[in-house]
Amino acid sequence: MYAFEFTRPQTVAAAVAALKGADAQALGGGQTLIPTLRQRLASPARLVSLAAIAEMRGVAAAGGVLTVGGGTTHAAVAREAAAPFPALARLAGRIGDPAVRSRGTIGGSLANNDPSACYPAAALAAAATIVTDRREIAVDDFFRGLFATALATGEIITRVRFPIPARAAYAKFLQPASRFALVGVFVAKSSAGVRVAVTGAAERGVFRWTAAETALAADFRPEAVKGLRMAAEGMIGDLHGSPEYRAHLVGVMTARAVAAA
Amino acid sequence: MARVTMTVNGKAVAGEVEGRTLLVQFLREGLGLTGTHVGCDTSQCGACVVHMDGAPVKACAVLALDADGAEVRTIEGMASADGTLSPLQQAFQDHHALQCGFCTPGMVMSAAALLAGNPRPSEHEVREYLEGNLCRCTGYHNIVKAIMAASGQGAAIAAE
Ligand SMILES: Cc1cc2nc3c(=O)[nH]c(=O)nc-3n(C[C@H](O)[C@H](O)[C@H](O)COP(=O)(O)OP(=O)(O)OC[C@H]3O[C@@H](n4cnc5c(N)ncnc54)[C@H](O)[C@@H]3O)c2cc1C
Ligand code: FES
Ligand code: FES
Repeated sequence: MYAFEFTRPQTVAAAVAALKGADAQALGGGQTLIPTLRQRLASPARLVSLAAIAEMRGVAAAGGVLTVGGGTTHAAVAREAAAPFPALARLAGRIGDPAVRSRGTIGGSLANNDPSACYPAAALAAAATIVTDRREIAVDDFFRGLFATALATGEIITRVRFPIPARAAYAKFLQPASRFALVGVFVAKSSAGVRVAVTGAAERGVFRWTAAETALAADFRPEAVKGLRMAAEGMIGDLHGSPEYRAHLVGVMTARAVAAA
Repeated sequence: MARVTMTVNGKAVAGEVEGRTLLVQFLREGLGLTGTHVGCDTSQCGACVVHMDGAPVKACAVLALDADGAEVRTIEGMASADGTLSPLQQAFQDHHALQCGFCTPGMVMSAAALLAGNPRPSEHEVREYLEGNLCRCTGYHNIVKAIMAASGQGAAIAAE
């Protein structure tokens, strides 16, 4: 790891100020960033830890909306969202392993936008709003392809607001070595319609499967997506699975998510 | 360099560390607590698991300065002062849950975290909880047996 300066401010305002300098980077739970630094794939001059910022932690449900602080760990979401939004709690409770869940945060996961990460699928399917230190970003405008988001340099995710769906579930086909999703599908049904978000599968990262959304809006049963086929074009191909395999899994996992919702 | 203070195995400790010093480096090199192992560069093996404020964490993926003020427990804090092993450690010995022993500190700390929150887990829950702890020797079976025995459920898999 290259050397860097470290600060741990107590407020969002102080963190934003500390991130202003050239080459400063936010540190959430560090479960992605620290291994990245250890492999010398990044070399920020200053790390600004968000871990001591109390106003960025916690889960609250009110008026059909679940608000999760950007610094809330996966373990805390698994515990605290269990009653108001069980599908989200289950997703959080199956990220990585217990030690990763003790540290990793929702803000870090969304900011990182790993093409195989779980939270991006929940945020996209549930039509979440990403709240930062300076604005609110609708999730449909947030993800910008592989590891890219609408966040500006130094912008911090302070909260994520999820409208709680009437029915929802996440089906994850585990890649057992990385513990990420080989393919994961989050299905959410609300009065606004059905949204289906797919992670792990596409080279451009998380995406909505609109053909399945239309079919499920008419008939919210696993059978409704049985006849649909996802094209293999643009799907990830690696030693864990070919594009064709992943495309097929998208259909299977969508049906499983609907059955569980 | 910056000053870091924390409580490790019940004792207040302090040291001078760099921003990039990992918690596991501080424990091993700063405090001489070499029971916590480092088995990988990618935060995937779990050999370095310790408890931080009661929760299991990978000490290779936490900066020492981010643990400032925390309550840390390592494998050295598991036995009693006179060296008597904790029931969980004794179960590992009794059930041959280790061979080379490299993964064992992380396994014990993960298992202790599991049992603290779920005193009578099912065998499935034990296996799922150990997802982040890799063992190259035992095939996991005896580790699961030891944890089941330590939770007072030895008979549950004694038939195997
Ligand atoms: C073994 C292992 C298994 C894993 N399995 C899964 C899995 O199954 N599913 C899954 O989804 N993830 C998985 N992860 C990733 C894990 O969920 C990470 O915690 C997460 O991707 C990053 O969150 P973090 O808080 O650790 O962020 P960090 O690693 O601290 O930061 C990641 C990036 O986000 C930025 N950042 C952090 N917080 C914020 C914020 N609040 N606002 C703006 N930018 C921010 C950082 O600058 C950095 O660029 C796994 C990780 C490991 C090590
Ligand atoms: S040393 Fe492998 S997970 Fe920490
Ligand atoms: S006993 Fe050798 S790695 Fe587990």
